[in-house]
Amino acid sequence: MVTGQTHPDEARQWEKTMATATKEQETEFSIIGKRNPKIEAHQKASGETRYAGDIKLPRLIWAKLLRSPHPHARIRSIDASRALACPGVQSVITGADMPVTIGIMPTSQDEHPLAVDKVRYVGDPVAAVAAVDEETAADACRLIDVAYELLPPILTIDEALTREDVKIHEHSRRANVHREVHLDFGDVEGAFAEADHVQEDEFFFEGTTHAAMENYAAVAHWELNDKLTLWSSTQVPHYLHRELAKVFEVPKSRIRVIAPPVGGGFGGKSDPFSHEFAVALLSRRCGRPVKIVLDREEAFYTHRGRHPVRMHVKTGVKNDGTITAVHFQSILDGGGYSSYGLASTYYTGALLGVTYRIPAYKFDGTRVYTNKPACGPKRGHGTTQPRFAFECHLDKIAEQLGLNPVEYRKKILTPPYSETVNQLRVTSSAANECLDRVVEASDFGEKFRKLPYGKGVGVALSCYISGAGLPIYWNDMPHSGATIKVDRGGGVTVYCGVADLGQGCDSLLAYIAAEELGVEPGDVRVVAGDTDLAPVDLGSYSSRVTFMAGNAVLDAAQKMKRQIFAAVAENLEVPLERLAASWGQVYDTDDRTRCVTFEEAAILAESACGTLATVGSYKPPHLAGNYKGSGVGPSPAYSFTSCVAQVEVNTDTGHVRVEKLWLAHDCGRALNPVNVEGQIEGSAYMGLGEALLEESAFRQGLHKKPSFLEYRLPTFLDMPPVESIIVENPDREGPYGAKEAGEGPLNPVPPAIANAIFDAIGVRLDATPFTPEKVLRALARVPGGRGQGTGSAGIAGRTEQSDPRGLSRRRSSATESRPTATANGAGS
Amino acid sequence: MKQILHLRVNGQPFEVLAPVHHTLLEVLREEMDLTGTKHGCELGECGACTVLVNDVPTLSCLTLPVEVQNAEIATVEGMADGSTMHPLQTAFAENGAAQCGYCTPGILMSARALLDRTLEPTEDDVRQALSGNLCRCTGYTKIIDAVLQAGRDLKLRRAIHPT
Repeated sequence: MVTGQTHPDEARQWEKTMATATKEQETEFSIIGKRNPKIEAHQKASGETRYAGDIKLPRLIWAKLLRSPHPHARIRSIDASRALACPGVQSVITGADMPVTIGIMPTSQDEHPLAVDKVRYVGDPVAAVAAVDEETAADACRLIDVAYELLPPILTIDEALTREDVKIHEHSRRANVHREVHLDFGDVEGAFAEADHVQEDEFFFEGTTHAAMENYAAVAHWELNDKLTLWSSTQVPHYLHRELAKVFEVPKSRIRVIAPPVGGGFGGKSDPFSHEFAVALLSRRCGRPVKIVLDREEAFYTHRGRHPVRMHVKTGVKNDGTITAVHFQSILDGGGYSSYGLASTYYTGALLGVTYRIPAYKFDGTRVYTNKPACGPKRGHGTTQPRFAFECHLDKIAEQLGLNPVEYRKKILTPPYSETVNQLRVTSSAANECLDRVVEASDFGEKFRKLPYGKGVGVALSCYISGAGLPIYWNDMPHSGATIKVDRGGGVTVYCGVADLGQGCDSLLAYIAAEELGVEPGDVRVVAGDTDLAPVDLGSYSSRVTFMAGNAVLDAAQKMKRQIFAAVAENLEVPLERLAASWGQVYDTDDRTRCVTFEEAAILAESACGTLATVGSYKPPHLAGNYKGSGVGPSPAYSFTSCVAQVEVNTDTGHVRVEKLWLAHDCGRALNPVNVEGQIEGSAYMGLGEALLEESAFRQGLHKKPSFLEYRLPTFLDMPPVESIIVENPDREGPYGAKEAGEGPLNPVPPAIANAIFDAIGVRLDATPFTPEKVLRALARVPGGRGQGTGSAGIAGRTEQSDPRGLSRRRSSATESRPTATANGAGS
Repeated sequence: MKQILHLRVNGQPFEVLAPVHHTLLEVLREEMDLTGTKHGCELGECGACTVLVNDVPTLSCLTLPVEVQNAEIATVEGMADGSTMHPLQTAFAENGAAQCGYCTPGILMSARALLDRTLEPTEDDVRQALSGNLCRCTGYTKIIDAVLQAGRDLKLRRAIHPT
């Protein structure tokens, strides 16, 4: 395996082609790259947008879920007779009514729509009631008698790893381990032996939740012709469609899933959920449409948020900083069920080599079950935690070797058009430029190690996927499909199965169709998130929509354009290649007076070819490596983001205030800069929240913070200014060169803040969130006490290793001041 | 138990029959189909349900309709003048200040109350005025830009058409 090998000719040729193409195209684009409002912006600014919870149908009744009050218990019996006797109650269902296992990953289906036999976290849904109104349903839930046999709860990683006597899931082979992953690339031992120094660190990233402003909501209507329509605030209508068909054993053709505009997702609406199955079955039983809206506390327990991850990182480096080998270990606290956990586990080890050259790499990942709400994908899925660890770890290495952290990162970057040691194909990368731009904007060079004590700057770099290279269930079909229809009035309709969560994908698809056909985005209607009307798109997760659905729409639009141009060429007697379309006209580029309106062009084309509709699809190239587990990590393109954080730390209170964040993001090409900036700013916000404030903490299985007052997400007053810098470096496979922007920019924020805190006060915080308590505890450990630091270089071992939940207990005894870089004798 | 409520919403009188303990948020959404006002927590923590009661931003999830029977209630549905959007709404659309849009109606109402007080708010004024409204998508930057722009637009408009 050759690592970090550029294909120079290919890269150079491509750069040249792209430079020419970019120049030509930039003058020609009429929609792409422009600061257009989103096509649905006016509905959103007027309250007209109808979310799932706004849907009202004739004869609608309401549902409510009964949830477990215990973290771990066997269900002995359920008696619903008192509930059923309540006036207004229409139906009560339990796990026995839907005994089919479900789960988002085909290989780890360990959930039921409603608990069967056992409950595995406080909040695990046990039964559901349909009644004439929400209050009656809620009252009836309290009258369902469930007899539980309490089981000992497993609440920490350490308990999960060691308690063989208590099994949350019977299928765990070792204690309560959900999955273990061991990967080994290159001669790791030999590479560590070649290192001049070996750095080892322990990190902990706390669990956090999505907290989308819209709560989960669903409406089901099972009609008497045995067809089900389900409206749900979901990111994945296609996967939900599959799971519904499986649970109810009806053909998929009888089920229609509609994702209305979603009020924020961030990964939290990517699983099939209990309430979705419950309203479907209740509607079937009652013969009436059934609606459910979860409350905020239920959303905190539904969770599927960021995994708490304990990480051990060991890196061998030469004296000049060149990495010889990395050994990365992660243990994920998964909660009660699998969710996306298998992918999450692999992701904690998959992408480190996409940013930096690592010639030998070993990864050990373990995910355990605990009796807490299941963790799953949250913005940056599985890569946020290791990125935090590795960027802080690199900062320590740079410190030890006396290297500037920016220059050091630039020196070890993975080059564009190369392959990583774990067989990931890296294509376009502007990581180098991202670092330059963010350093320049923040004046990092003038600030680093030069600001007065208490103030500091820190830097970090990260990458993210533009969609997963492989689908969740393996198949040979496209990942994304689109249909475009043009009507006689020149109206354009795009059909695509994506779900718009607010990230603006409906608009992006409209921009692409409008650019190709030369109409305005406002002339394009997008029909999305509807499994009956739109071709399959796998869903709005893993930052895949711009790249994959964008390419599918581009494909369909180009086919439509060819049909229309052929008819116009004949009519105007102009060679086809001389035609262009923009601003509602199709015209001869040599003589713009020879033109027809788009409406006339559509009529010419329909007269020539019949009804105008084209289809497009996108499927990534074959990207999987030749080892088990190689399905997680590959992507047709990676985005890169750099971040500089500037902080002020109050050494009396321990309060960390972020003064400003600068982010530079390589999104290939910004199809709409306003949207890209919005994604960068939103990601920076979420990253800052995870760094300083947010934690999904539990006590005896109960959420300690199941409300917005307790779970502190940043308000208008907490959020510093964010300067977002778009770095354009068109990717050869992305639509117009575009790559993702929705998740990647979150990842460098927590480590940039941690590194800035070290610059400010000379202590390392290796566990999120960086609360005042942890800052003060770390300062207390500094020899000479607080106020003595200079923030200057060469401070080894000032490491805050606080871990309030004791998750790092197994660490070596040297907790106060561990050697951070040791001379490497025999592979250390 | 239900009772008849007399409410003035967006300048129009309404007579509504609703359960006596239902909140203003529930009555607006369920009885009057004014679903522009959103529920995010129903505990007074997120600001998504903000409406104006006699021009004061008010959490409709913590308000009983009987308390506001003689008041002027304004919701997002009343912001536009016919088909002409309020400058705040235009600024939100142009600046990308609404991503998922779920918090937007509540933020628009808080921002409107601010611009009713001053057309030249500072960035800090905007942050203070909107500090009771959570947004999970935007990082707030573009919302602040939009409110400041709307202030400038309204000022210009009043200079041209003084009333």
